[in-house]
Amino acid sequence: MLKPANVPDLNKTDLLEYYRQMKLIREFERESERQYTRGNIKGFLHVYNGEEAIAVGAINSLRSDDYVVTHYRDHGQALVRGISSNEVMAELMGKATGCSKGKGGSMHMFSSELNFMGGYAIVGGQLTIAAGIGMAIQYRGDDQVVLCFFGDGAVNEGEFHEAMNLAAIWKLPVVFFCEHNLYGMGASSKETLVMWDSLHEMAAAYGMDRYEVDGNDVLAVSGLMQKVNVDVRAGAGPAFIVAKTYRLRGHSVADPADYRPDEEVKYWASQDPIPRFREWLAEEGIATVEDFEEIDASVEEEVVKAAEFAESSPWPEPGALYEGVYSDRPAEGIPA
Amino acid sequence: MTEMILREAVTKALREALEDDRVFIMGEDIGAYGGAYAVTRGFLDEFGPERIMDTPISESVIVGAGVGSALAGLRPIVELMTINFSLVAIDQIVNHAAKLRYMSDGQFSVPLVIRTVTGGGGQLAATHSQSFENWYASVPGLKVAVPATPYDALGLFRAAMKDDNPILFAEHSLLYGMRGEVPDEWYEIPFGQADIKRKGNDVTIVAYSRMTHVALQAAAMLEEKGRQAEVIDLRTLRPWDKETVLESVRKTNRVVVVEETWKTGGFSGEIASTIQEEAFDDLDGPVARVGGLDVPAPYNGTLEAAAIPNSERIIKALSDNYGI
Repeated sequence: MLKPANVPDLNKTDLLEYYRQMKLIREFERESERQYTRGNIKGFLHVYNGEEAIAVGAINSLRSDDYVVTHYRDHGQALVRGISSNEVMAELMGKATGCSKGKGGSMHMFSSELNFMGGYAIVGGQLTIAAGIGMAIQYRGDDQVVLCFFGDGAVNEGEFHEAMNLAAIWKLPVVFFCEHNLYGMGASSKETLVMWDSLHEMAAAYGMDRYEVDGNDVLAVSGLMQKVNVDVRAGAGPAFIVAKTYRLRGHSVADPADYRPDEEVKYWASQDPIPRFREWLAEEGIATVEDFEEIDASVEEEVVKAAEFAESSPWPEPGALYEGVYSDRPAEGIPA
Repeated sequence: MTEMILREAVTKALREALEDDRVFIMGEDIGAYGGAYAVTRGFLDEFGPERIMDTPISESVIVGAGVGSALAGLRPIVELMTINFSLVAIDQIVNHAAKLRYMSDGQFSVPLVIRTVTGGGGQLAATHSQSFENWYASVPGLKVAVPATPYDALGLFRAAMKDDNPILFAEHSLLYGMRGEVPDEWYEIPFGQADIKRKGNDVTIVAYSRMTHVALQAAAMLEEKGRQAEVIDLRTLRPWDKETVLESVRKTNRVVVVEETWKTGGFSGEIASTIQEEAFDDLDGPVARVGGLDVPAPYNGTLEAAAIPNSERIIKALSDNYGI
């Protein structure tokens, strides 16, 4: 593993926590695939295997009052932000104990308490929402940051342009974070995205601060985000980060990803962020074999418990069908 | 009572709304230009650029950012210059504004008002003359208002600003100069409450937006023939006031539903279907529907007018279905 350019200021506890979180995402996603195959999870399931360093490195750099907006491959982001593995697994199974009580499902994890503003399934649509959250921060004169994830496929949507342009001219506090995994579903970005090889340079068209980073190096992601957050909070305007990474699995559970060349798949398997970080921790003498065994075992136990919790949780009541369509409470503060 | 035109009623409503610090207005040409329909003239000087925001021509982010700022606790009013351009933003309206509360199981609300201008008849040709409020009225999670008078516009907008739900507020392009009386005391009009603009016992005419006035013209013509029409202005399409309509039909036994948008797939179908489901035995004949003809709006004035419902077509529909 290459030494990251900006090694973030992290102690052993933090570093082991990063390892634990990445392992948790990986094991959680493996379990969710098993549950899907068993028929306990329905619809679409887009697992995050291979991209863990991005969620862990980026979200841990945030304050609790910052905001996170993301795409439909959102289980990892939800877990790192702090939604419990119980609630995420229960949501995947459509149970009443899920974080959206079964109303959202895999692609729509939400937590108002954690400022986790949603997983979004219309590719690119979430960028405009992130811009709006940035507007609210600016309107109030606050210094929070909005971290908005999307894939390289989303860059082709018109809403990418609209959101980037508005954020740029109004200097909104948004970090537009592209998880560049070379594919939009089954289409190779090499064939669909003109700037695929220097994607961060697209932000030059918006005059934005822009960065390219190894998305499979959790410390590089963390270090870069820490620097970018400082700038964005200080009013420098939005930033554009392109993190190079890869899906170790297909687009969704239904996708065997035959469209990807073998050499490419092999190469990226060798760049798996978790073994890379583990090796670095061992080489630097930060963690021992016992540390890893302990973490691995606790993660496995957590995931098993989450599956048990979800499987034994109740279904939503039939009446839940109509709950939440409309808000019933009137607004406060308007003169009567 | 004060007499004012519909534009002034909306301007007044916006000024009141801005008394809440969480409210801001965002849209194309609403600030420096004063608003494409002059509704926000003077607002930029009065309230400043932090609250009156001129956007690029970017309907998707206008609505999407409206949604995002609402999620983060503000109460934005966004403007889509016409409902024709709402199609660029329909993804944000239907997939996000309408659904985020449900998908988050109530953790988040979207207290967003989307003001827009609807309708044709101004020879603006096919892509600038449409009325899509019926499409949005199909969407659970949205509310849709279609005021036809200054009184209704002001009363409904006040209710809209108190509502935590996303609301499409469709003002008709040809009604901004419509005169009407507005009380000086505070009043509000709840959504889902129709207004009987004219009482009568012989036939019910259900309409909304500019067609309410066309319906009143038809009622005047019917009166000359000795028939009293009851004209019901729906005022909102989602929710819509089914009870007022059914009560009227049970009294008159004859009903025609009039709307400006294309008859095929129009909201009049929803209303007609509901009437025949729930008041079948009270009908003397099939529910009549008069809607826009199934053509794109032509530029030529005579052709355009032929495609939009008028009082003659309403009279004919009643004659065809009920022999009156």
